[in-house]
Amino acid sequence: METPAELRYSEEHEWVRMDDDIATIGITAYAQDSLGDIVFVELPTVGRSLAAGEGFGVVESVKAVSDVYSPVPGEIIEVNSALETAPEHVNNAPYRDGWMIKVRVSDASALDKLMDADAYAGFTAH
Amino acid sequence: MTERVGLTWDGMESLVSTETAKRTPLYAEHQRLGARMIPFGGWDMPVQYTGIIEEHRAVRNAAGIFDLGHMGQARVSGPDAERFVQSVATNDLNRIPDGLSQYSILCRPSGGTVDDIFVYRLPDSLFICLNASNTRKDVDWLHAQHRVSGMDCTVENLSDRVGMLAVQGPRALGVVQQLTDVDLSALPRFGVVEAPVNGVPTIVGRTGYTGEDGVELYPPIDDVVDLWRQLLVVGKADGLMPIGLGARDTLRLEAKMALYGHELTEEITPLEAALSWAVAFDKDDFVGRDALLAVKEAGGPARRLVGFTMVGRGIPRADYPVAVGGEMVGYVTSGGYAPTLDANIGLALVRRDVAGIGKPLDIMIRNQPVAAEQVRTPFYRRPEATEKGNA
Repeated sequence: METPAELRYSEEHEWVRMDDDIATIGITAYAQDSLGDIVFVELPTVGRSLAAGEGFGVVESVKAVSDVYSPVPGEIIEVNSALETAPEHVNNAPYRDGWMIKVRVSDASALDKLMDADAYAGFTAH
Repeated sequence: MTERVGLTWDGMESLVSTETAKRTPLYAEHQRLGARMIPFGGWDMPVQYTGIIEEHRAVRNAAGIFDLGHMGQARVSGPDAERFVQSVATNDLNRIPDGLSQYSILCRPSGGTVDDIFVYRLPDSLFICLNASNTRKDVDWLHAQHRVSGMDCTVENLSDRVGMLAVQGPRALGVVQQLTDVDLSALPRFGVVEAPVNGVPTIVGRTGYTGEDGVELYPPIDDVVDLWRQLLVVGKADGLMPIGLGARDTLRLEAKMALYGHELTEEITPLEAALSWAVAFDKDDFVGRDALLAVKEAGGPARRLVGFTMVGRGIPRADYPVAVGGEMVGYVTSGGYAPTLDANIGLALVRRDVAGIGKPLDIMIRNQPVAAEQVRTPFYRRPEATEKGNA
């Protein structure tokens, strides 16, 4: 399963990409594969503040409903509204078109608690 | 990401750990095909092979093969076999001659549902298909009823001896035809025949749980693996794919077929589940008749099963509350994304006064009301042109 080296990963299977103080967040290839065909994504409103570990959305496959959490604290500055009509992006391109939200990170130390690609690959191997 | 609601189509799976779950003879085949397995009704079963939506479309457009080894089977034979089944099941066997089958229901005296079943009329006996998680309960119930009845017949549990596969879809008959000499296209809808398939005596029913044409096959259990493999070989050119329980659920929901544990339970009567067509009040007494007749004569049940399509954004799931004008009026029994319709649909048990095609419902999704509209069911009906020999 693909785990891009430049990303950081949570134990709840979210990924984080940092560009300066902006974090882009989505769910991992492992997560979308476990869920199966994704048919619905519910995203939050721009401007909302999130604590680290706070739920921000819901992703539903044909067979399951899952909450998605923000691994970092901060304010939501953008959401991927394309997922409302094309939730399959999360299956087809979880690290690219399947991104979910962008957050202006208020405390970058939360990133230290996340796994790098090797650690996450090991975490999902068993 | 954490799962909030998982695998909503059974309600029983969490009670059984994978370690204690039973395996069908096809377990190794499923593993070889890369299936994802889940506990279901006490069995470890494939939920999907390639993906639920792809498998769903294969059945609607071509053909799919299902391992139904978890389902139970019983045989009632002897001089009083028919009289006995008439006394415990709600439908009327007089409606069908030998060589046909019918959907029927086992009720408690209260009218609550023990199980929903399929009864095949064979020349020498009645062959009954039972739901996986209910098999033990059903057989115990039938044996108990048989003892009090004093009727001259035997009720045998064949579940460990008989296998079960389904082949469903517009090309299903053509696939199975390659392994048998009996003319399947001459078999009427709900027809049943005992014939060699793949060289082995097999009960063949033109029945299914998908809304498509097709057959259900009951070979001896030791011949299931070879039959499965042969069907996949001869069906390859027709696009035959193995189908897991995930697509089985989306297919049956589009066709509005009841799933025990959801639309029918010990607490839900067939009348509430809109199955009065399978309750024959005009035949002799049967278990549950008095209770059901009293409800019918009092104007019908206080709650009814209705079908709905989501108008607002959201996916209805089993057990979500249903409201009208802010008042709780029932709950969703089954719901989800319908691949053929590309819509979110569901079935709900609601107060009678709010039921009606075109009337609105609010489905409570994560404590928010989301608009839905009641629609005619089944949600999906196959094109009649694909159906030959329709009874």
